[in-house]
Amino acid sequence: MPTRSPASIAAALEAEGYLPDDRIAQVVFLAERLDKPVLVEGPAGVGKTELAKALAAVHGRRLIRLQCYEGLDEAKALYEWNYRKQLLRIQADAQTDWSELAGDIFGEEFLLTRPLLEAIRSTDPVVLLIDEIDRVEMETEALMLEVLSDFQVSIPELGTIEAASRPMVLLTSNNTRELSEALKRRCLFLHIDYPSIERETAILLSRVPELPAVLAESMARIIASIRSEPIRKPPSISESLDWARTLITLGIDQLDEAAVTETLHVLLKYQADVDKVTASLGSVE
Amino acid sequence: MLRVLTGFVEELRAIGIPVSMVEAIDAARGIEYVDLGSRSALRAVLGSTLVKNARHYSAFEAAFEAYFSSVGPRAGSVEDEARREDARALLAGLPGAGGPGGGDGDDASDLVAALLRALRDRDEALLQAVVRASVDRLAGIEPGRPVGGAYYLYRVMRRLELERVGAELADAAARDASSSLERRLESEEVERRLTQFRELLRSEIRKRLVADRGPQAVARTLRRPLVEDIDLMSATRDELVEAERVVHPLSRRLATRLSQRRRQGNRGRLDIRRTMRASLSTGGVPVDPRFRRPRPGKPEIVLLCDISGSVATFARFTMQIVYAIAAQFSRVRSFAFIDGMDEVTSFFGAGADFPTAMRRIGAEAEVVWLDGHSDYGNSFGTFRDRFLEDAVTRRTTVIVTGDARSNYHDANAEALRDISRSSRALFWLNPEQQRYWDTGDSIMGIYSPWCDEVYEVRNLRQLERFVEKVAIPTTRPLRPVA
Repeated sequence: MPTRSPASIAAALEAEGYLPDDRIAQVVFLAERLDKPVLVEGPAGVGKTELAKALAAVHGRRLIRLQCYEGLDEAKALYEWNYRKQLLRIQADAQTDWSELAGDIFGEEFLLTRPLLEAIRSTDPVVLLIDEIDRVEMETEALMLEVLSDFQVSIPELGTIEAASRPMVLLTSNNTRELSEALKRRCLFLHIDYPSIERETAILLSRVPELPAVLAESMARIIASIRSEPIRKPPSISESLDWARTLITLGIDQLDEAAVTETLHVLLKYQADVDKVTASLGSVE
Repeated sequence: MLRVLTGFVEELRAIGIPVSMVEAIDAARGIEYVDLGSRSALRAVLGSTLVKNARHYSAFEAAFEAYFSSVGPRAGSVEDEARREDARALLAGLPGAGGPGGGDGDDASDLVAALLRALRDRDEALLQAVVRASVDRLAGIEPGRPVGGAYYLYRVMRRLELERVGAELADAAARDASSSLERRLESEEVERRLTQFRELLRSEIRKRLVADRGPQAVARTLRRPLVEDIDLMSATRDELVEAERVVHPLSRRLATRLSQRRRQGNRGRLDIRRTMRASLSTGGVPVDPRFRRPRPGKPEIVLLCDISGSVATFARFTMQIVYAIAAQFSRVRSFAFIDGMDEVTSFFGAGADFPTAMRRIGAEAEVVWLDGHSDYGNSFGTFRDRFLEDAVTRRTTVIVTGDARSNYHDANAEALRDISRSSRALFWLNPEQQRYWDTGDSIMGIYSPWCDEVYEVRNLRQLERFVEKVAIPTTRPLRPVA
């Protein structure tokens, strides 16, 4: 069921516990209308993968996830012939005529489907998440183009398999390398940055309901302030959530300098960052 | 609408953002689904279909402002007039208001008061009204003048005494704050609101300019280079801040790419043991041969950076990128010079903060020998005598950065020759435009015979390309052994 407007998709995502900003809702809406994949880019931990999960939940679709890594190839992303089974089949009855056997061992029975093919062949529409696409090599990236633009996969022995239903495709990238022009051309581009103070407060409150509203707001302001420092790894949303849970466990309901300094290691992952922020927190620039 | 869109796409291409035909068509199709009265919706559609790189976003925003600032009520239309009336009424209702229209705008005190109030109470409607009224009364926009609006913006901000307003708000906030943490957060909040106000002003002024001269003309005056194309030697402070912001992600990206390429490379020798092991699951048939991973050698880097005033920024960017990908090199040592040379490797430990490190170098290292004016000859001489034997071997790549402007001192090219001869390769990065080389006191021509390659590197794009080239060495030494 396609959603009617960006506002309604925002509401639906919110109901699933994902708070989109205006832009996210707009782009997702557009992607559904134009039937295009969305390339989601942004710093680590701003909820790129979460968006796909929430979308799957909204539409009641299955989420198929292809986690990319360096060295991912066709056999792991698309399909593979189950050669062990093929060998067994050949050895099992050696009397069969070869021509008969050859047709036989390249049938669907011997095909191992991998995430991309699975998403295409599924009769119920799915959400396909291609996670961290920037980790694969350029050549592997090219392999996905056919899937992304035409929603079909060509297997030499079987012919072209077309999508039984159109999957909704999301790709995420941490921007560790420039993606190819061809890939970008086929996608809508969505850059998700760290949330505004208002949105972060809302996220904290929705994910950690036992958090007092006043505390959530002052947390969001402190986090925004820390992110503006030139540090190596700015705190992400998942780290702010960790921080919220830490504060609740420790029973802190008022944030002062001492409380922030004591719990800073939850937000920051480098000692150099912790030192820098501790030194600058009390000072007004 | 379609005509505006083609004009807009052409403008993006003129800035240097690549927009393909397919993407333009997507944008046109996308527009059909949005409410054309909503700027944010239109921005989302055009942004997601036409711009595929987050770094190009600020350039896109500027062009969007020019082309689509008229989305929403048109200036001079009935609706617009109605809004103006509302604004006037809102302002007039304030205590101490100078009445609607406020004469020819000589006295801006009523606006200042209204602004203070709007910012303090976070009153959006009032803030909008102040923006409109102050552009009306204080900007004094002259029709037809080919300017980008920065001048008008400055003029309005000065009349509104924005700095005093900011200080007053910060003071008020500080009075309520109980701790220094609180004070810091409050002052950031004030800063945020002021920035928001400035943005509103800017876009209001642009809207007027576009109504006056049309989008193409305004977009042209607003055109800014993409951040990777900013000339580092002549960059403004704002541009440098922007470059600073991208240099970190840029170098991280470079590092990932390099380590990937290194590991891919050619496949190594067949690994018999692992191939046999893998063949067990296929009945002894080696279906899946396994190979050893190749281990290409890593180059050693010695950086010689001129850190005198004019080229210091460039030296810093170079060091920053080289250190960010230090894992790609077996060793990096850096030396800084003005008219004397000293080793500065120890200033750049793990997690070093570059601006601070550069300041410390200026104060603590012996980079100045006589008068603190660049002297390449003496610097190279010092390096040869004190460090050459220890630092440079046949596996070392030497990188010199500087403009080769030696203030008419002795070039001492033999020193560079000796450095070059004992190294594997010597590259020179000159941040100056090539056509200025060998003019005035530049002696690039005297040094270049002893360099394997001299590059003009004026922006981040060129710098990135160079570093990548150095990090993936060719298999044999570039120069035959002497």
